[in-house]
Amino acid sequence: MGNDANTQALNHPPARLTGAEIVWATLVGEGVTDVFGYPGGAILPVYDALRKFPIHHTLVRHEQGAAHMADGYSRASGKVGVAIATSGPGATNLVTGIATAMLDSIPIVCITGNVSSKVLGTDAFQEVDITGITLPVTKHNFLISRAEDIAPAIRYAFQIAKSARPGPVLVDITKDAQQATAIFDFEAAKPRPVRPHPMRKVEESGLAQAAELIKNANRPVILAGHGIIESGAMEQVCTLAERAQIPVALTLLGLGAFPASHPLNLGMMGMHGESWVNHAIQDADLLIACGMRFDDRVTGTVATYATNAKKIHIEVDPAEVNKIIKVDVPLIGDLREVLEALLPRISSRDGSAWLKTIDGLKGDSAVRDIKNLPDLGHLYAAHVIHDIWRITGGNAIVVTDVGQHQMWEAQYYHHERPRTLITSGGLGTMGFSLPAAIGAKFACPEKEVWVIVGDGGFQMTAGELATIVQEKIKINIAVINNGYLGMVRQWQEFFYEGNYESTPMVSPDFVKLADAHGIAGLTVRSRGEVAEAVNTARSAPGAFLLNFMVEGKESVYPMIPAGSALHEMIRRPGGKDPLEES
Amino acid sequence: MLHTFVAYVEDLPGVLTRVASLFRRLNINIHSLTVGRSEQAGLSRMTVVCEASAEAGHRIQASLYKLENVVDVDDIAQAPTVTRELALIKVAATPRTRSQVFELVEVFRARIVDLAPESLTIEMTGVESKIEGLIQVLNEGEGRILEICRSGKLTMRRGHHTSGVLKAMGAGADESAVEPAEEGAAVEQE
Repeated sequence: MGNDANTQALNHPPARLTGAEIVWATLVGEGVTDVFGYPGGAILPVYDALRKFPIHHTLVRHEQGAAHMADGYSRASGKVGVAIATSGPGATNLVTGIATAMLDSIPIVCITGNVSSKVLGTDAFQEVDITGITLPVTKHNFLISRAEDIAPAIRYAFQIAKSARPGPVLVDITKDAQQATAIFDFEAAKPRPVRPHPMRKVEESGLAQAAELIKNANRPVILAGHGIIESGAMEQVCTLAERAQIPVALTLLGLGAFPASHPLNLGMMGMHGESWVNHAIQDADLLIACGMRFDDRVTGTVATYATNAKKIHIEVDPAEVNKIIKVDVPLIGDLREVLEALLPRISSRDGSAWLKTIDGLKGDSAVRDIKNLPDLGHLYAAHVIHDIWRITGGNAIVVTDVGQHQMWEAQYYHHERPRTLITSGGLGTMGFSLPAAIGAKFACPEKEVWVIVGDGGFQMTAGELATIVQEKIKINIAVINNGYLGMVRQWQEFFYEGNYESTPMVSPDFVKLADAHGIAGLTVRSRGEVAEAVNTARSAPGAFLLNFMVEGKESVYPMIPAGSALHEMIRRPGGKDPLEES
Repeated sequence: MLHTFVAYVEDLPGVLTRVASLFRRLNINIHSLTVGRSEQAGLSRMTVVCEASAEAGHRIQASLYKLENVVDVDDIAQAPTVTRELALIKVAATPRTRSQVFELVEVFRARIVDLAPESLTIEMTGVESKIEGLIQVLNEGEGRILEICRSGKLTMRRGHHTSGVLKAMGAGADESAVEPAEEGAAVEQE
């Protein structure tokens, strides 16, 4: 439908439309088929015009959900997600979702209504300065008060959202602009070509230096980030790794950018990465950072980070280079283009000695893995997530929330392909998963979608269960229910002497809650029931909720305490069931 | 260190906020900021002076470029420049005490631009240190300073036109890169 609609818009002769109609006509022209929103006074003209256009609107239960749905839609498909809200509280409710997209470089366009331009700035009913509020959390935003400016602004917004390092853009349209008329000419509304960032350039000498460093490295590691997925450079990264036999460590948002089953895949790096991954990085003599930004969750203390390694940083955003970690060779450009220029200079090399060393670092990790412990009657999230991975064949799109379950997902669900893990990394937004999964399902209706969420985060946006029912979509929800705000509890255990202040949490019976919405569900209390429950959920015709009552005081291991070096990690006591031990 | 950025920005509502907000987010105080029309229609020229670490310069410049409305950014750093600031200084002065102020104004090559029974207003153009100097001696004198209005730093690289604006706008791309130079550099070393 997208293409037909697009052609239709392009072939549409310039005509006089209302501003509200122009909003939709422009979206159709940009290939939009789905939007997520919530109506209200200042956006009513836009909603009134919707029925004339081939766009499906999903009514959310809270505007934060709309922004997260647009975000999940984009992360699953690579297309621009669109959220719509009214002025005032509708607009401010979007903010958390916009910031989530900003921190993770996700292209979304948010359209908000605002009060009539005649009363802008008068504290009119439901008026808020949303362009002011969102200025630091958008790539750019627009305040539009004339109908003729709507199409150019929306088209420009799409271009900004998608180009270079993607991100959210907000278009705020006054009610009188929606009601006025203007000539709609999709072609004429095309934005000027993207002005390239003048500091985004790759020097020949840089490529030569990088190739030389790779050739001479004894202990190289590729740091694979989210930029690989955004740039579509999976194949190029894989070629580089294979040709030069370089092991690959991934960031949380990089998971899926390099196949989990690949022999060169080390796994996730950083705060909850496996010990051998972080040790490999600390021992490396060359780091090749691809589309990642040395977030504090992956570096530990900066002063002690990979001090013996030369660093090559391939990054699209010049402002990220030398921001946290000083690098030796910056290659500032689109990752895929840079790698394509670099690859002809890379010849095959023997990396076996280094790979063997890393293998040796794995040591006792397997016996510390809770997954390998005998069943003593306790249910651990690790088993739940491992089973979901096994049973779905790793083929589902998994959308996680934020906290312990998110880290367990990263450890126990092995992602082979990009866009199969959708998670809020940079902002760490609890409540993200359920709405983002709805967006992902709209982007990929044929895909199996799983939500993995904690009992805390689930209650932040559980209202969207009704959206699932209203839209009749099939999503499986696994609540990892430990009765605590688990990650905060873990920090309290490790760093605040076990003072569990405000982390124990009473929750409703989630199965009954789902039932009240018309969603079937099951509570699971033991390891033996997990597989069958997962199968039941999968084969149910509609959405299904599994309430996994997991151990309350389990922690995510290993863990690098904030402010420690990457190799100073807290590890699980070996070979013991933590509950038996205590 | 003191950084000086010259930015060409689109002349539109809210652009100043976007630029200022970038410095605010980094918790950097702006020492002075001047904005006015430039040689390009639709573009304003900003001169931003701020105190930040030496390494911050690259990041500020890179971040400024990320703003949609910013067309060109020059980090002046230590390059040879022509730099001026304009100050209007109103001093309390009666007919009895004026002559002392006149003398100072003469020495500093400033001008009196307004004379009233109880006060006079001095216009002074020069580098920051010269203006500071005048203010200091005025403070030491008899007449109290009533008001000071300073434009903030205006700055331009010496020599050939080196701005990337024309290039960024797709014109004048053949402008050859010019070394920071020389012509006139000796005339007024600051």
